Amino acid sequence: MSMTATTPARRFSLANVLPALTGIGTLVAFFLIVELLIQTNMLSRFIVPPPSEIIASFPRVIVEEHVLQRFVQTLGECLTAGVMLIIVGVSGGVLMQRFRLLQQACETWVAALASAPLVLCYPLFLVIFGRNAWTIIMMGFVAGLPPVILKTLEGISGTRKVLVNVGRSFNLTSSQQFWKILFPAALPTIFVGIRLGLIFALINIVGVEFLINFGGLGQLINELAERYDLAGTYAAICFVVLVSVMFFMAVEKAEKWLTRAE
Amino acid sequence: MTPPAAPQSSNEILVVDDVLVRFDTPDGSVTAVDHVSFGVRPGEFLSVIGPSGCGKSTLFNVIGGLLGHTAGVVSVAGETINGPHQSIGMVFQEESTFPWRSVTDNVAFPLELIGMPKAQRIERARHFISLVGLDGFENRYPNELSGGMRQRVSLARTLASEPKILLMDEPFAALDEQTRLLLGDKVLQIQQQLKQTTLLITHNITEAVQMSDRILVMTYRPGKVKRIVDIDLPRPRTSEIVGSEAFGRYVAQIWADLREEASRGMRDEEDHMMQPAGSKS
Repeated sequence: MSMTATTPARRFSLANVLPALTGIGTLVAFFLIVELLIQTNMLSRFIVPPPSEIIASFPRVIVEEHVLQRFVQTLGECLTAGVMLIIVGVSGGVLMQRFRLLQQACETWVAALASAPLVLCYPLFLVIFGRNAWTIIMMGFVAGLPPVILKTLEGISGTRKVLVNVGRSFNLTSSQQFWKILFPAALPTIFVGIRLGLIFALINIVGVEFLINFGGLGQLINELAERYDLAGTYAAICFVVLVSVMFFMAVEKAEKWLTRAE
Repeated sequence: MTPPAAPQSSNEILVVDDVLVRFDTPDGSVTAVDHVSFGVRPGEFLSVIGPSGCGKSTLFNVIGGLLGHTAGVVSVAGETINGPHQSIGMVFQEESTFPWRSVTDNVAFPLELIGMPKAQRIERARHFISLVGLDGFENRYPNELSGGMRQRVSLARTLASEPKILLMDEPFAALDEQTRLLLGDKVLQIQQQLKQTTLLITHNITEAVQMSDRILVMTYRPGKVKRIVDIDLPRPRTSEIVGSEAFGRYVAQIWADLREEASRGMRDEEDHMMQPAGSKS
């Protein structure tokens, strides 16, 4: 019955890079179609600037508008909100799972909060924190909190009973049961919550920067839009997308590292 | 065959004495295990067999300390147990490996709990991985293994805790017949090698006869001891024994006992289904 395992060597093949190539190809095709529609006057360049103009405006936006500094500022706000989200959201979900009363009392309104347009509360946050980065960070944090709490709760509550029983059969203490079984079992679901929370946080951070005309890329988009610099506006939006991509790549790396086997 | 009795002899490592398990439900009290008594000798392989719903898994959970009992005593080497006990190692019916741990880390889990140094526990884990025939898969994760291999990882993990009694609840239930027979061989080989006292809960007659020294047949609800059958087949055994005449006789004997109980269970289920909605218990 003894068996031996063989690990196939990883080789370069077209099948491995095909999804990435298809993704990039689709994007390039989309931009080419937009360019073509604008150049043939089927789409107004006063509504959507040609992609070639957006690309051409990048050096100007980078040099004149200090986009890198603003990019770092928005990224910093996202990271701060993200760290707070993970600490408070995951702890909140764990506490709600541990204390039934807390779960019964709060789960419904936390879920309701997830669908509320919290960005409209920005005047309240301005009053509390003033016109500074903390208003932006706190708006992002509050908006991203519900999915992190709810998914943490779902992940821990949804741990397969047999795994809990394995822990019990080995006489684990409740702390060991949590750290060695419940938490690792819940990690994939918790990461779904963190991803959702970060999406909400990023949207709200850029949105509030735009609304209160303060801070990083959101403020830049606001200023460029008011100047009717459409190419510059879209170039700045590209940097927001870049923040988002970098953020999610980092989360993906962390998720892969923590849940190597799943 | 011997009639059911309350074995209390001093050479029994596990004694289940007059255990009663009753559950309170909205429709009243339900008796799942009804005054069950038996004992297991050191190194013995005892199987508990019965139709679905006879309280086998309840008994498994009671012996493993995962479920309380209404009355009676469960003791290991004279020590009464009221919860999970380090002398009892459990292998569950459902797939129970930790998907976030490699095979080695899964098997080393109980050794990690007792604070064994890493190098030592990896060495011990490899010994048990080899024992269940998974050499070469040490660094694989459960999602890279078949169902049978995962069950072997669970078995190795339980064996690594070096329990006095190995308690298994239908560990091969989810596997195909061939894998089940081959895994049966593996378990038997390990049991003989380690002289491991083993209690197997199953509803599979072939599996029970192939592996056991004795088989305890349970009645359908409430679960009582109907009969204890001594299996006098030569050891060491392999799955080849399933073709022998003596094996067939034991299977027929046990099936005769079980058939009556399984029929009762089926009738009970049909009656239950016939009840109008809302009056079902």
